[in-house]
Amino acid sequence: MELKTPLYECHLAAGGKMVPFAGWLLPVQYAGVIDEHMAVRQKAGLFDVSHMGEVTLTGPDALANLNHLFTNDFTSLVVGKVRYSTLCNDAGGVVDDVLVYRTGENAYLLVVNAANRHKDVDWMRARLTGDAALEDVSDSYAQLALQGPAAKGILEKLAKPGDIPEKYYSFVENAEVAGVSCLLSQTGYTGEHGYELYCAAADGPKLWDALLAAGKDAGLVPAGLGARDTLRLEASMPLYGHEMDDSITPLETGLAFCVKMDKPDFIGKTALAEKGAPKIARVGLKITGRGIAREHCPVFAGEAQIGETTSGTHLPYLNGAYAMALIDKAHSEPGTELEVDVRGRRITAEIVPLPFYKRG
Amino acid sequence: MNIPANLKYSKSHEWVEFTSDTTAKIGLTDFAQSELGDIVFVNLPGVLDTVTAGESLGDVESVKAVSDIISPVSATVSNVNEKLADTPENLNSDPYGAWLIEVEEITGAEELLDAAAYEAFCKEG
Repeated sequence: MELKTPLYECHLAAGGKMVPFAGWLLPVQYAGVIDEHMAVRQKAGLFDVSHMGEVTLTGPDALANLNHLFTNDFTSLVVGKVRYSTLCNDAGGVVDDVLVYRTGENAYLLVVNAANRHKDVDWMRARLTGDAALEDVSDSYAQLALQGPAAKGILEKLAKPGDIPEKYYSFVENAEVAGVSCLLSQTGYTGEHGYELYCAAADGPKLWDALLAAGKDAGLVPAGLGARDTLRLEASMPLYGHEMDDSITPLETGLAFCVKMDKPDFIGKTALAEKGAPKIARVGLKITGRGIAREHCPVFAGEAQIGETTSGTHLPYLNGAYAMALIDKAHSEPGTELEVDVRGRRITAEIVPLPFYKRG
Repeated sequence: MNIPANLKYSKSHEWVEFTSDTTAKIGLTDFAQSELGDIVFVNLPGVLDTVTAGESLGDVESVKAVSDIISPVSATVSNVNEKLADTPENLNSDPYGAWLIEVEEITGAEELLDAAAYEAFCKEG
């Protein structure tokens, strides 16, 4: 049985088309994926992302555990900042990708993918050392994402200036938005300027309604999972289960920036070092033939299969079919002409630089 | 939901307008376009291709998903709506105007429903 987020009734009221996703019932769309996608690029969109998991890691040895469990280095992460990281298994494959918020001297909040929540908690708990405690607090939170160029103006109607984080990947804890106490961060998964708001589950509907009302004149619309996926793909952000999984290393999928091989040790480091420079690369494909490549389409250079697509669809803002693919690094130069097999039909594609879209 | 009374409907959500005993126009219903969401690509057969009742005649892609278009009849394609290549969104905005193909030499058909029966079928989910 699927779980309902604290915003479930809000979605029904807004005309959301509810679908099962990662064990949750969530809106795939309201008015339509393209309209919602364009609203986020040009105005603003509001997403319910309460399915994401929240886990606290606290104690004097919290930092040492983070640096052992995760590939990034958290030594320089100060209170009020956020850092992205992958979590690897012993073979160097990705267990999950997470956001880490430093909320106190010895306190961190980890935001994990919904589908991986229980796996992550079990994985980390089994490997904790020293004086550190891990707690899954997902059920106590509602999480909203307010994304788009109008997002800041909308928040300014509901929050004091000092409560709105000014820098990317920074946050304010106990910010007050429309009378609701939130952790408010300047983060997101759309490629636009925007914020994510974490509040008590019971306050979720009040915050949702207040944001939608405050944003009405600015063109804010509720946006569903469909637009969340097209926006992240257009911005070329990797998604767990697509561009990375237990068998794909963060280096292979182009996330070297969050793998600190100069750290003394972390889980997966030995395997990553032994594998050396990755032989595959994550590339962007612009589909130049007629059709749409989705995930798991074989990619060919001539008659040789060199990899497969990991995500793909029609991207609304760029108004064309694009895909990301993991392919043989030898064929990964932008400008390379390839072919993609779409359900038995070969269509042409060209490697283009990532990201497909970057806000101006 | 719009279900014109003069058309016949398949359980896989195609509509058929019989223009004679052996010729017809085929399209996607309002229910189908609504379920698919924003349609961005349609792959259709060519003129003189044969289509078979109950089998795929092509596919339609929305931002969310790809779906087979199941032929409601066995016949020969006599005309293809080429405009849909550039304006697939017309399948959303005008599902009964934006026909997919015209066929001739119809030799067989799926079980087809009238408008009232199709409406009941859609409501059953």
